[in-house]
Amino acid sequence: MISQFVHNNFMTAEQVKQIVIDIINEIAPDEDTSDLKSEVNLREQMDLDSMDFLDIVMELRKQHDIEVPEEDYPKLASLDSCADYLTPKFNT
Amino acid sequence: MTNPRIVITGVGLTSPNGNSLLEFRDNLLKGNANIQEIEMRYMGKVPAGVCDFEATKYQSRKELRVGTRAGSIAIYAASEALADSRINFEAFQKNRIGVYVGTTEHGNVETENEIYNISKFNYDTRYWTHHHNPRTVANNPAGEVTINLGITGPHYTIGAACAAGNAGLIQAVQMLKLNEVDLALAGGVSESIKTFGIFAGFKSQGALAKHKNPNCASRPFDRYRNGIVVSEGGCIYTLERLDDALKRKAPIIAEIIGYCMNSDASDYVLPNPVRQAECMRKAIKSAKIELEDVDLVSTHATSTPQGDIQECTAINEVFKSCPTTYVNNTKGFIGHAMGAAGALELAGNLPSFQDNMIHPTINIDDLDPECAIKNLVINQSLKVDSVDIILNNSFGMLGINSALVLKKFND
Repeated sequence: MISQFVHNNFMTAEQVKQIVIDIINEIAPDEDTSDLKSEVNLREQMDLDSMDFLDIVMELRKQHDIEVPEEDYPKLASLDSCADYLTPKFNT
Repeated sequence: MTNPRIVITGVGLTSPNGNSLLEFRDNLLKGNANIQEIEMRYMGKVPAGVCDFEATKYQSRKELRVGTRAGSIAIYAASEALADSRINFEAFQKNRIGVYVGTTEHGNVETENEIYNISKFNYDTRYWTHHHNPRTVANNPAGEVTINLGITGPHYTIGAACAAGNAGLIQAVQMLKLNEVDLALAGGVSESIKTFGIFAGFKSQGALAKHKNPNCASRPFDRYRNGIVVSEGGCIYTLERLDDALKRKAPIIAEIIGYCMNSDASDYVLPNPVRQAECMRKAIKSAKIELEDVDLVSTHATSTPQGDIQECTAINEVFKSCPTTYVNNTKGFIGHAMGAAGALELAGNLPSFQDNMIHPTINIDDLDPECAIKNLVINQSLKVDSVDIILNNSFGMLGINSALVLKKFND
């Protein structure tokens, strides 16, 4: 459903953030993501390690066919930076 | 050089019919098997022994997602064993603890899963998980235990086919005797029901059990046995030097007084009763007891047409002059727990030291004359005068044999 929604509609920054949160819920199921601050680094708010970020990259690839090259990994630091970086990718 | 005595002070386990020794033993004495049909990738329904322990008791959901089923089983069993041992784990020096986990195989499950995963992406390896290598290194189950429990002493798995449970225990005994560690967490685990390859391999070999009632599929020594029921499970023990255990007033469950491992050097699959007999004799000799001192032999027989006969031949030869040596088998209840088999089957019999009961070998409707071992306990539990010595057999492919001798602790 998400995939259909993504590919047939223009994505807003908020929708992209929700997609990232959904992925985090899958890969870090013990974390509470209900009150994440968009502008704050994700690793400062949750117990995420470098392997978890590789999982986020993998799920973006698997679920949304979005490729994040290694040099761009720092752009996934916060929900805001994720939205800035990923929204154009979702909309091309 | 002193030769310290080594004792078992805790048992933790998960088997298809019990998540604690108490529950497992109760079901063994009552004759309760628990085998079910599972849907196997590419194969359809197959009988298997499935465990339902509470994995989140000792692991976060993230640890469960990142780690392996074998690791999870090992962590559960090791944590339960530590609790059972009543050791003050927090205060224990973590670099003096060794973790020795026997496995039949490791990595099949995770590799098959990834190949299946990338098959959905046209075999594009960009979709291959970065978790693959830490999941499939051979030390994975033991390593996951050390990460979970903060143990900084040595850890490794012992790859010993289906003799692995005994092999893990033997390694622990040796390391304790060498004073390499002060506490060992040792035994065996199996996640093999998650790999179609093991099932398909046994099927191609004509050694995969089938029966319309899954609980009757694993039937060692029965005339109509037709193969193995593969199971998952695990059993980890805490082992210590006797002096240390006495010092901390530990509950002492049994003493390991002898063991042997040897090799058939004859066939990839078919067991060799001459070498099996040799293994049992050497184990008993190492324990400095006589053959007739053995009260119970826990057999390895896996319910294959040929393998069961081979072990019976070996046991009949070794114990022909032992009128009070009883024999049983556990696989009718739980199937073949592979790397965990030796450790689990031993655990199921250890309470005999206290209750003098011998659990039966179930599913024998028609005993195969070629498996007619003297004093085989069939279908009903048996009360005996006393059980002081148990011999635990565990054998595996490539002709690996193991026998462990345990003594009731009473001094």
